[in-house]
Amino acid sequence: MEGGSCLTMHSITIQQPWTFTRKKIVGTFTQQLEVFGCDSEVLHLDLWLQGNHMENPDNKREVVLLACGSFNPITNMHLRLFELAKDYLHETGKYKVIKGIISPVGDAYKKKSLISANHRVTMAQLATESSDWVEVDDWESSQNEWLETLKVLRYHHQKLASSNPDNSLQSAVPLIKPGRKRKQEANRYIPVKKNQLSPETKGVPQLKLLCGADILESFGIPNLWKLEDITEIVANHGLVCITRAGNNAQKFIYESDTLWQHKNNIHLVEEWITNDISSTKIRRALRRGQSVRYLVPDAVRAYIEKHNLYSPESEDRNAGVILAPLQKYARGCKQEQTL
Amino acid sequence: MMKSRLPLVLLACGSFNPITNMHMRLFELARDHLHQTGRYQVIEGIISPVSDNYGKRGLVSARHRIAMAQLALETSDWIRVDPWESEQEKWTETVKVLRHHYNESLRSLQFRKELMRKNWPIERATEDFLSSLDPVSPELKLLCGADILKTFSTPNLWKEEHIKEIVEKFGLVCISRAGSDPVQYISESELLTRFQHNIHLVTEWIQNEISATHIRHALCKGLSVKYLIPDSVISYIKHYNIYTEESERGK
Repeated sequence: MEGGSCLTMHSITIQQPWTFTRKKIVGTFTQQLEVFGCDSEVLHLDLWLQGNHMENPDNKREVVLLACGSFNPITNMHLRLFELAKDYLHETGKYKVIKGIISPVGDAYKKKSLISANHRVTMAQLATESSDWVEVDDWESSQNEWLETLKVLRYHHQKLASSNPDNSLQSAVPLIKPGRKRKQEANRYIPVKKNQLSPETKGVPQLKLLCGADILESFGIPNLWKLEDITEIVANHGLVCITRAGNNAQKFIYESDTLWQHKNNIHLVEEWITNDISSTKIRRALRRGQSVRYLVPDAVRAYIEKHNLYSPESEDRNAGVILAPLQKYARGCKQEQTL
Repeated sequence: MMKSRLPLVLLACGSFNPITNMHMRLFELARDHLHQTGRYQVIEGIISPVSDNYGKRGLVSARHRIAMAQLALETSDWIRVDPWESEQEKWTETVKVLRHHYNESLRSLQFRKELMRKNWPIERATEDFLSSLDPVSPELKLLCGADILKTFSTPNLWKEEHIKEIVEKFGLVCISRAGSDPVQYISESELLTRFQHNIHLVTEWIQNEISATHIRHALCKGLSVKYLIPDSVISYIKHYNIYTEESERGK
């Protein structure tokens, strides 16, 4: 984007709600629009906000972080992801992280050693009691069937959009519908159907998927993700990906046309301590009667002990069962998709 | 007859500036390892923060470092913090801290023995019988990272006779991360090789390297350290505004 010109918008004082559709633009705005070189009927919300940001430095883009996963069990590392992501986004000066959501996967995921969602949700709740911004949501885990990550994102996005009292954006639903082929453009536009956009309105918070580099790289595993899902995730929502050595993740993005196109929406955050507290290792330690203190929150440790959650038997759950997404996609999807 | 386990106490020396989850994890790892050998019963863990006279840059007052360690250890039923070393006027060599705590445990043992003798009727109080009841004096071992072994070979850092006393009379429990090879440090030293039976090597498979230096830097920059150090310690640091640009620059 020829960045310089669009930023002149910040010098205009906004007194009343105005309209964005091209036909109703009057006077100087028409000029500005032409400078943008906009073809479509909508303005890129981000550009407007960027301009606004210069005028009102407090008017940062609100972000909600969503982490999906087994959380089997939740560990200090999972919790750290949120803290790292929040610090990173705040340091850019452009974002304000207002909420973190932990969404444990449902039992229908059929991953090996996955214990009941009830326990996993409870442990996550215990773990986040001391946090004033990270919470647990059990919508995903209470569904009977396994849900694609994109569906979870869409659900939470809708929830955010409808609960925002100032928000009069009619549609906060991403543009791309499944099955439709669209030419992928960088920086997906959010349609602004209604015209009330006052300066007090910050719009619907951006919902970003928070994950480790392993999730990013799992995009490349055949039949695990649908290409159109990945595209919609990075185009309409965005990723905040915590990595240890940034290089692998950067390389992975470089080697993927889809990811490269939306790389501005993929934030790589380098973790500055070597934190390898994986749930697998926690379960292994527990089976061997070893201590997991200081690796998981104390309340979680106590809960696990009380209910004797992890054993050689629990580790064998779903042994031999095919993972839900692989079952779902392998059935229909035979063609190779290039990420 | 079941061979009873030897009671053992773990002592960790260091700045603890501030104490982190990793410091406490070392104790848990060491205890699990020693219990698994079947030979030991770890009865106590002691954290001994260094005194302010150590002169390390960025070292905040011992008062705070002790308080933070106490807060961190509130939920532990076997690890405690001991202020003796921090109260000494001059910097104390590690071997002297070991000697002090060993003597302390002997003293309390003596006290307990006296108590026990008083409780047994005279007819049964044969020396043999009493000896079998007598609590055994616990072994005291230095808990540390395996890189300590490497520092033993640094010229002038340790006194040779101190190293000998530490490994011969007390013993080491060294934690190293997966992939590193502490055995080579032992084999490179004749002294360490001689007492290798008294050097317990423990591998940390779940990497969780929380450097206190990084913690301090993060705090100075206003970054989050939640889940790396206990919440109670974070509150304490914020309340007293302990780690700042100034404190990092040092005196």
